Amino acid sequence: MTFVLAHLNYWVVVVLMMIGLYIVVSRGNLIKKIVGLNIFQTSVFLLYISLAKVAGGTAPIADERFTVYANPLPHVLILTAIVVGVATTSLGLALVVRIREAYGTIEEDEIDLQDDEE
Amino acid sequence: MKHHRVLRIAAKLLIPFIMLFGLYVQFHGDFGPGGGFQAGVIFAAAIILYALIFGLENARKVAPTRIVTMLISAGVLLFAGVGVVPMFLGANYLDYSPLGATQQSGQHIGILLVEFGVGITVAATMIAIFFQFAGRGRDE
Amino acid sequence: MIAPHLPALQVVLPLIAAPLCVLTFNGRLAWLLALLVSWAAFAISVALLLQVLAAGEPITYALGGWPPPWGIEYRVDILNVFVLLIVSAIGAVVLLYAYRSVEREIAPDRQHLFYAMYVLCLTGLLGITITGDAFNIFVFLEISSLSTYALIAMGRRRKALTAAFQYLILGTIGATFYLIGIGLLYMVTGTLNLVDLNQRLADVQDARAVLVAFSFVTVGIALKLALFPLHLWLPNAYAFAPSAVSAFIAATATKVSVYVMLRLVYGVFGVDFAFGAEPLGMVLFVPALIAVFAGSLVAIFQINIKRMLAYSSVAQIGYIVLGLSLATQTALLAAVVHLFNHALMKGALFCVLGCIFYRIGSVRIEQMAGIAREMPWTMAGFVVAGLSLIGVPLTAGFISKWYLVQAALEQGYWPLAVAILLAAPLALIYVWRVIEAAYLQPVPAGREPVREAPLVMLIPTWILVLANVYFGIETSLTVENANRAAALLLHGSW
Repeated sequence: MTFVLAHLNYWVVVVLMMIGLYIVVSRGNLIKKIVGLNIFQTSVFLLYISLAKVAGGTAPIADERFTVYANPLPHVLILTAIVVGVATTSLGLALVVRIREAYGTIEEDEIDLQDDEE
Repeated sequence: MKHHRVLRIAAKLLIPFIMLFGLYVQFHGDFGPGGGFQAGVIFAAAIILYALIFGLENARKVAPTRIVTMLISAGVLLFAGVGVVPMFLGANYLDYSPLGATQQSGQHIGILLVEFGVGITVAATMIAIFFQFAGRGRDE
Repeated sequence: MIAPHLPALQVVLPLIAAPLCVLTFNGRLAWLLALLVSWAAFAISVALLLQVLAAGEPITYALGGWPPPWGIEYRVDILNVFVLLIVSAIGAVVLLYAYRSVEREIAPDRQHLFYAMYVLCLTGLLGITITGDAFNIFVFLEISSLSTYALIAMGRRRKALTAAFQYLILGTIGATFYLIGIGLLYMVTGTLNLVDLNQRLADVQDARAVLVAFSFVTVGIALKLALFPLHLWLPNAYAFAPSAVSAFIAATATKVSVYVMLRLVYGVFGVDFAFGAEPLGMVLFVPALIAVFAGSLVAIFQINIKRMLAYSSVAQIGYIVLGLSLATQTALLAAVVHLFNHALMKGALFCVLGCIFYRIGSVRIEQMAGIAREMPWTMAGFVVAGLSLIGVPLTAGFISKWYLVQAALEQGYWPLAVAILLAAPLALIYVWRVIEAAYLQPVPAGREPVREAPLVMLIPTWILVLANVYFGIETSLTVENANRAAALLLHGSW
């Protein structure tokens, strides 16, 4: 039990990662796939943010009252990764909108059915 | 939403303050939490709120698509361009030190401009994404 | 004055060109700008190659003046300058070719956006190659991937949309896997600089986090380079993209991913860790060998010729990864040479198909029957590039296969050498199907008579075709530099 609690952040990360990946693989609905992808990416953001934590450290804003700060580098990296994630999500959703216009559905199996008929 | 008087008045009251807060986050980014990414999103939220309450057509008059597209590019250009200037001043790409009298002021000016570029691009991109999704299937 | 800034300019020039292309709001202007910048990028990579060869050691460039390992470092050595050269060359030649093809395939109000995406993709690919920072690789990987998804979605048929979506999902999973791996490495070592990582990993190789990071990074990149069985996104993406995009990404995108794998496996984790302590050799060898045969076999049964070439790419990537997995000087030489040569072959072949598509609006084999009589120069290009793909002597393809067979024999893996030789006839079969249809079959009823492809498309195509012949005869540029690159990967210097 202490092993689980001591690594709580990693457990959360792993659980979220698996949930996200499972949704991407198992769902045929394209929107749900993107939701899964977002959960998957978020788990990685959490991994980075939690490893930036320094015991007793505060937010990395320079102030004479504090001496111990959290590591700001992973925060910056993840800010970049979040922006990339937003770009991926909006591009993915834009594709879904156009797929809906072209096929009239966003279910993967129905799209495959229409493709096979061509 | 012509009849929702409460919403319209509340939005009219809120929007200027949202924009002001966006600018605060943008330019206070030097001294505290903030910066272009956050500010851009907050600023775009003001326009998006306007579009939600007063309709997409009115919002497009405030922020025409062509101008939004140009702003997206302009922000990136500002970001990349500020990085190029030091190359002419004998420093490496993105080394803002020669931009000011001292290294510190140079870095300060550089980061301020770069964050401004980021802010412009992020705000314009968020608005463009919203307009694209909201306008799809309406005007075609 | 400009010489020391070349590593930065290599990436910054196309980066600045992308928003400018958007601002032109005009397809022709955007094309001119993109053309100018891509040829400038090519010139820069040639200059960098000369600089690196003259220096005899890596050139480094500290972005923002922050010295490595604290700041982001661009590090140009013989391996990545070689990759920069081929990527920028293909980018420049295909752009020359793209104008007429894009005019036909992309709506006029979107052409400037197409070129903006194209140079952005070029920025990403060059950035991945030149940077010496692990996280920076991720950022550029996503820049190139996101622009590629958008470019593929511009294809004319609706299947392009689903192909782009599928690629987006799998590509993002691959990139995120890479991100997890880098995060774990940072956790263990506290650095992101590739050289620094390599030195610090030596002390902590037993940590379980390093092994996990190694697995995530390898699988993530394997997805990006379409190693069997992670290649499922590739055939549709290549088949339904606009012609110019197919030619560009088929020749460059997977090659850059191969480079990342070479760099991380050999340059960061080190050959002793990857092939001594961990069984990476076997893990990559088996799928690569399956890829060679499965890719070629599936290619034989394709009706859509772009799809056929896409499956052939899966097989050819198999050859490259085979070389990578053997981890000897000759094998790595073969892998790096094939990386270069395969870019030339696939660039040429997809350009040929683009020409045919331009005239008859289809790349299906039954529509292509008898086309050689109407488009003799185009089809002659296909024959020469196809021979190179098979690996006939006096073509570039022969050189790389020759070294691969030699590498197998050096190790005493003669069954592997036999297998490589056995796979060549498979390529012969699928190339021959097209040649047979184009030269020997009658023109199908109902197809309008067509003319030869326009010169502005034919000339870039033939530049790539002739490059296949040139590098099959004159191998000093490719083999000597690949030899140096292999030495760099194995011993850290050349």
